[in-house]
Amino acid sequence: MIETQDAARRVQLDATTTQRPNNQDNVVLQVRDLRVHYSTPSGDVIAVNGITFDVYQGELIGLVGESGCGKTTAAMALLRLVQPPGRILDGQVVINGTDLLSLNEQELRQVRWRELALIPQGAMNSLNPVMRIKNQIADGIETHEGKQPPAALKERILKLLTMVGLPGRVYNMYPHELSGGMKQRVCIAMAIALNPSLIIADEPTSALDVIVQRIVAQTLLDVKKRLGVSMILIGHDMGLLAQLVDRIAVMYAGNIVEIAPVKEIFAEPLHPYTQLLIASIPSVKERKPLVITGGLTHDLRNPPPGCIFQLRCPYVMDICRQVTPPLRELRPNHYVACHLYEQE
Amino acid sequence: MATITAEQSDLEKKGIDLNRWDSPWLNPKFVIGAFMILLVVLIEIIGPVFWDVSMANTASAPLNLPPVWAEVTPGFGFGQPDLAHPLGTESNGRDMLALLIAATPRSLRVGLIAAGIGMTVGIILGFTAGFLGGWVDNLIRILSDAFITIPALAVLIVISAFVRQITIENMALLLALFAWPGPTRLIRAQVLSMREHGYVRMARLSGASSLDIMFKEMMPNLLPYLAASFTGNVSINILAATSLEALGLGPTRVPTLGMTIFYAIRAAAILRGMWWWWGFPILMLTVIFVGLFLMTVGLDEIANPRLRGAQAQ
Amino acid sequence: MGGLTREYLLKRVGMFLLTVWLGTTLIFIIPRLAPGDPISAMVSRMSAQAGRVENSDQIIEAWRARFGLDAPAHIQYLRYLRNVLTFDLGYSLAFFPTEVGEMIRRSLPWTLGLLGLATSISFVAGNAVGALLAWRRTPGLARALLPLALTFTAIPPFMLGILLLYLLAFGLDWLPFAGAYERGVTPGVNLAFILSVIKHGTLPSLAIVVTTMGFWALGMRGMMITTDGEDYMILAQAKGLRPGRIFWLYGVRNSILPQVTALALSLGSIAGGTVIVEYIFTYPGMGYLLYQGIINTDYALIQGIVFMLIVGVAIAVLILDLLYPLIDPRISYQKG
Repeated sequence: MIETQDAARRVQLDATTTQRPNNQDNVVLQVRDLRVHYSTPSGDVIAVNGITFDVYQGELIGLVGESGCGKTTAAMALLRLVQPPGRILDGQVVINGTDLLSLNEQELRQVRWRELALIPQGAMNSLNPVMRIKNQIADGIETHEGKQPPAALKERILKLLTMVGLPGRVYNMYPHELSGGMKQRVCIAMAIALNPSLIIADEPTSALDVIVQRIVAQTLLDVKKRLGVSMILIGHDMGLLAQLVDRIAVMYAGNIVEIAPVKEIFAEPLHPYTQLLIASIPSVKERKPLVITGGLTHDLRNPPPGCIFQLRCPYVMDICRQVTPPLRELRPNHYVACHLYEQE
Repeated sequence: MATITAEQSDLEKKGIDLNRWDSPWLNPKFVIGAFMILLVVLIEIIGPVFWDVSMANTASAPLNLPPVWAEVTPGFGFGQPDLAHPLGTESNGRDMLALLIAATPRSLRVGLIAAGIGMTVGIILGFTAGFLGGWVDNLIRILSDAFITIPALAVLIVISAFVRQITIENMALLLALFAWPGPTRLIRAQVLSMREHGYVRMARLSGASSLDIMFKEMMPNLLPYLAASFTGNVSINILAATSLEALGLGPTRVPTLGMTIFYAIRAAAILRGMWWWWGFPILMLTVIFVGLFLMTVGLDEIANPRLRGAQAQ
Repeated sequence: MGGLTREYLLKRVGMFLLTVWLGTTLIFIIPRLAPGDPISAMVSRMSAQAGRVENSDQIIEAWRARFGLDAPAHIQYLRYLRNVLTFDLGYSLAFFPTEVGEMIRRSLPWTLGLLGLATSISFVAGNAVGALLAWRRTPGLARALLPLALTFTAIPPFMLGILLLYLLAFGLDWLPFAGAYERGVTPGVNLAFILSVIKHGTLPSLAIVVTTMGFWALGMRGMMITTDGEDYMILAQAKGLRPGRIFWLYGVRNSILPQVTALALSLGSIAGGTVIVEYIFTYPGMGYLLYQGIINTDYALIQGIVFMLIVGVAIAVLILDLLYPLIDPRISYQKG
């Protein structure tokens, strides 16, 4: 109950989230042409089709798209956690100067969690059922920093729990004794334990009810403010994401089609798919007609040549069916991949 | 555990090793196992046509002949190998080949009958428990758990010891007494987990009767599990029957594989070096058990696709 | 005490009592359902031989008193229950006036030793092998041997026992083929005895271990594969934990739980298998004693031994059930 009152008090959107990222020249993560395929008996499914983007220090970037567009796969690929039958075909994932895809296993293990952490989708099952919370937080710390003096470690863990708004008694509990929202916040606590440069949060609020969603979202914002950590927030609810992030990257069928600061993308969405997404957000203020996109979705094993969105785009032109539009910076810090703007 | 470097992923052609054939039922283990059982069945069907099965009765042949290819160890009192009895004979004058042909079907039959009854009861009780829930479910669950804990063989021994003359059919009935808890448990667990699945709820909402749901929605998905349970059950029951017979508690008027082993042990065949007496029944039983085992494991893999493909990575 | 609640304890003890009662009732009722009441037949047969058998009238009297054959059925049943629950198992018919209880007491340690040792080794080794087979770091050669080794699981223990007996005891004369220890050795805590016991116990144990190990290995491998797909495994990898730690604390620790449940469920059949193995190897445990009871139609002995087996297995299952909440913190929060 205390938790909801806290959240209610802090319901205002943090003003800093709508500005430019703090330090735009400092790039934390560089993704270049990342490709992930899934093997199936009838051919490869192209899940991620060569995406390229940067994440700057201290910013929250949202990766948004409909179910099956490849955003979770992309996130897993960044951590090199793609499970067979998926495999990373190509690309570069450079964090603080190191290309993760070129590391061997041991090096990768050292970089993980220290530089790059994960808040998984569905924290319901992400915690080991037979280990106490304290041990699950501790093992991340001790694996990377060596054995810690018990008293100091306990204090550190308790501080982490407080930072995410969890009571101290959680320390000794087992996962099944916690609610969904509490488990999710434990995952957040684990992720920030080593103060990584980048956290990937995969649909952190999807499986929760509305009130708890608010609490978790606020916790993420708090964490970002206090630690200055960069985050990639993955989701399919653009409205929810918009309240949290600095920039939004829109993904469709394995391709990034637009990246822009959040205010700009809502004020002036350039890509037709982005426009459709925004149009479909329910509004409290006005009654909008239901927008149903005509056309088909393509077979993910055999994407059509040219623009990935051609089969559903209301503005499709001949050139769209032949040439793939590159992701270009049309306005300052506003990237879009669409032939509509190629002439500019 | 599924980490791959960028170089590795270029070299790999596929993510998993797929069956060349698409149908999951062509699982190699299942096929090989089924083939073995078929072989056994073939022997018992074709055998009597080519071989005089009446030689499985006592005093049909000279005693203690080793198989044709065996060397005769002097001093043991064996006769000379004879082509008329290629697998040898034992000390009651039975021809081993005839014995195998005559006795094997009984072992299979007892397993099939007992497992059949067990599965039928299991399906009825399992579905009842899963669907009705409440005290019915509790009662069935408690009973089946209790029955599983009771050492079946021990109780069967007591019963068989008291019942002097026993036929194969009666033995199968006795075995069925302990054959039902396993399938009941399995089916109940499956029904409980399936009940929560979307498609069952949809069927319920669209007004399908329970029986309809049972047969049209659940059964098809249950089929591999049921088949695996059945073959496993047949194996267990054949083992139980053979164990009882090996102790001398089987039918005495007709030849069976287990009783043959019993007579062999009683006549100290192991120590006398008459390996063919107990060896061939054991060989036959091994083929049956391994065949059923492969079928069960194969069906398990068909039921749970995750188990296919070699390792966890 | 971890997750052990009073409700759970009561439930498990209740189950224990039910199982024992059910088993004992079964071995009481069903033989009596057989046509031609063998007990009276036995008694009359003994009466006919009265002249030639020593102590026959005592035996017959013991029979009558024991089975109360003149009393109505439910009285017999109650008397039977009372006897059995106070462990008054009566006199052996074949070895009169030796008490059944005494005979069991002599053979029980051998069975406990063989069964306990073989099952423990089989369970631990089998699960270890299964876990390693699911780990990608295990060399491919070991994994290729898996199917071959596992076909041994299909073979019943006693059949492998016969083979081992023939090959190793008779053929190669490496190990003895009968008994628990050599005739000339005095029992007690001395080296000769212990060595002899080990030598004699090797083949029976081997027969049981080799044929049951595969079951655990297969199950554990399946469980490890299932566990590997769980979300907490992915997060564990994302945390950059050492593979060894993930394997043990996240993989094995979770996979072992259903295996323990499976152990409890299979104790009944393991006990049965051990009985036959003892018979094959003439190992002086309860199994062999049971066989002697069979060939001597010593009903009292048979009933007594089977009762002990039922109780023994039920106790072992109860112990496992009570230990379970210690390894799975979720368990007392669920039903039963």
